[in-house]
Amino acid sequence: MPTILVLVDHADGVVRKTTTELLTLARRAGDPVAVFLGSGYESARETLAAYGATKVYVAESSDFGTYLVAPEAEVLAQIAATTEPAAILLPSSPDGKEIAGRLAVKLQSGIITDAVDIDADLTTTQSVFAAEYSVTSRVTHGTPIITVKPNSAAPEPAASTPEEEKVTVSISDTAKRATVVERSERETTGRPDLAEAAVVVSGGRGTGGDFGPVEALADALGGAVGASRAAVDSGWYPHAHQVGQTGQTVSPQLYIAAGISGAIQHRAGMQTSKTIVAVDKDPEAPIFAMVDFGVVGDLHTVLPRATEEITKRQG
Amino acid sequence: MKIVVLVKHVPDAAADRTFHEADHTTDRVGVDGILSELDEYAVEEALKLAGSESGEVIALTMGPEGSADAIKRALQMGADSGVHVVDDALHGSDALATSHVLAEAIGKIGEVDLVLTGMASTDGGMSVVPAMLAERLGFAHIGFVGEMSVDGGTVRARRDSDVTETVEAATPAIVSVTDQINEPRYPSFKGIMAAKKKPVESWSLADLGVAAEQVGLDAAWSQVQSVTKRPERTQGEVVTDDGDGGIKLAEFLASRKFI
Ligand SMILES: Cc1cc2nc3c(=O)[nH]c(=O)nc-3n(C[C@H](O)[C@H](O)[C@H](O)COP(=O)(O)OP(=O)(O)OC[C@H]3O[C@@H](n4cnc5c(N)ncnc54)[C@H](O)[C@@H]3O)c2cc1C
Ligand SMILES: Nc1ncnc2c1ncn2[C@@H]1O[C@H](COP(=O)(O)O)[C@@H](O)[C@H]1O
Repeated sequence: MPTILVLVDHADGVVRKTTTELLTLARRAGDPVAVFLGSGYESARETLAAYGATKVYVAESSDFGTYLVAPEAEVLAQIAATTEPAAILLPSSPDGKEIAGRLAVKLQSGIITDAVDIDADLTTTQSVFAAEYSVTSRVTHGTPIITVKPNSAAPEPAASTPEEEKVTVSISDTAKRATVVERSERETTGRPDLAEAAVVVSGGRGTGGDFGPVEALADALGGAVGASRAAVDSGWYPHAHQVGQTGQTVSPQLYIAAGISGAIQHRAGMQTSKTIVAVDKDPEAPIFAMVDFGVVGDLHTVLPRATEEITKRQG
Repeated sequence: MKIVVLVKHVPDAAADRTFHEADHTTDRVGVDGILSELDEYAVEEALKLAGSESGEVIALTMGPEGSADAIKRALQMGADSGVHVVDDALHGSDALATSHVLAEAIGKIGEVDLVLTGMASTDGGMSVVPAMLAERLGFAHIGFVGEMSVDGGTVRARRDSDVTETVEAATPAIVSVTDQINEPRYPSFKGIMAAKKKPVESWSLADLGVAAEQVGLDAAWSQVQSVTKRPERTQGEVVTDDGDGGIKLAEFLASRKFI
């Protein structure tokens, strides 16, 4: 079986769900070999084994955290040179895409970003133009470098006992040109991660700044909270929660838009959700054209009533 | 300070965007084109930085004839001059070829301190060209920047990725900016008139010493195999709230097993 390299997405060894999705996709096309860069490998070991990594390359160095992205690309290119993989999979995160771009130049290889599916023969599917089109493509030169969106596959466990190989890293000075002088912690809200959540409830300008009803409904459904850019620009909710072209793309089982009109830039970030629900007081709001269920009404009364009823039904 | 700002001419998202039947490339002729909205933020930031550090702003684009409009818009906003790389051989170029050509053009412009770009083009939207450029030019790259300053050859930027990072780099550097960074200005009447006299150079591949075989659709390292329009979502039931809208919503969620 050919080797498929998977770059592990983690925070100090805590593996993100996207990595288990990538390992699952990689198994379709070959043997998934994980590449762990950074620190905290001990915490990552178990998850990588549980999702079928046949081997793990481990490069532990603080340089990965100190300098932006370029060191990761450099070490990944070194590992690729020795393993000659059939493909390299990375998460479609800001870091993942920048690493992928640099890697494509280093390896003189074709690149596909934002794949939502990968076949056994490495044909990829993407959603383009605000998800109005679905495109299949293949890399035709070099080692296919593919970044994959969150929620593209359901992670399937497959226990393995991966061989571990430590990689000694020597990072060039050109890869140390951008220094991270400060980094915030990942925020902890107690809610699921927006990009990974099965349920997302988003609020827009129609909330008038009060996200209470949106958060309450999200909590009743065990979901994450999203926001339109209008709500973010008004300072009502942090930018990390923005859904859309310049925010996150989400593809949950259920998306509920409250007080969001449905501009194309917003739709670009949620159009592939399985079930879409909207609550808006304007019956003409474009969002209604794409809903499975809609309520024309004031979100400040509709949402709390729904939350109350849901809680009641849950007992 | 010499700032190059990358401006891409893209099909207007508000128009019906399509592909060429024959080769699956984006139709750039049959629809209205505009300066990629996300590049306007880069132009605005370039103008602000040039204003405070007395610098020069050069708008650079690669694309067919009509792409000159993207440069025109940047000049109307206040950029000093433009460079348009245009050549029939470029049709269908992928991100690798695009970054190759843009890197050569930046090299030819020479002594560039800062390259500003958008976070993604609104058509292709890969967000990889800036990182590829950095790799080719050996410049520092800071992506997804929501706030930045330049002081004595050091760029300091707030990078909004999964977490917020403060990043520093010495120039020459490439910075790709998000729509959080500023509010792009509209060209004034004065700006529109002044733009008419600003110099715009047109460069061919030969001017850059790039061989035609290295770019275009035939040299693309990935190939589109099929393009399918997603089925339109059909509207489901929409009810008007008469006091029981919330209950009906809960009933719908229960019927779909979300509760
Ligand atoms: C380059 C660019 C990038 C962009 N990126 C994004 C992006 O990533 N994400 C994004 O969301 N937008 C993005 N936008 C902005 C987008 O074009 C819209 O402006 C934005 O999505 C509008 O947000 P909204 O729907 O909350 O506000 P509006 O369009 O103002 O809609 C508010 C809705 O709330 C309803 N309403 C008001 N009061 C109530 C009430 N009490 N109860 C129920 N309903 C009520 C109104 O009827 C209306 O339908 C981008 C724009 C540009 C130019
Ligand atoms: N053909 C081009 N001409 C000029 N700038 C470009 C071109 N392609 C990409 N860019 C720049 O690179 C950024 C990211 O592009 P992309 O990687 O295609 O998403 C854009 O916002 C532009 O600033």
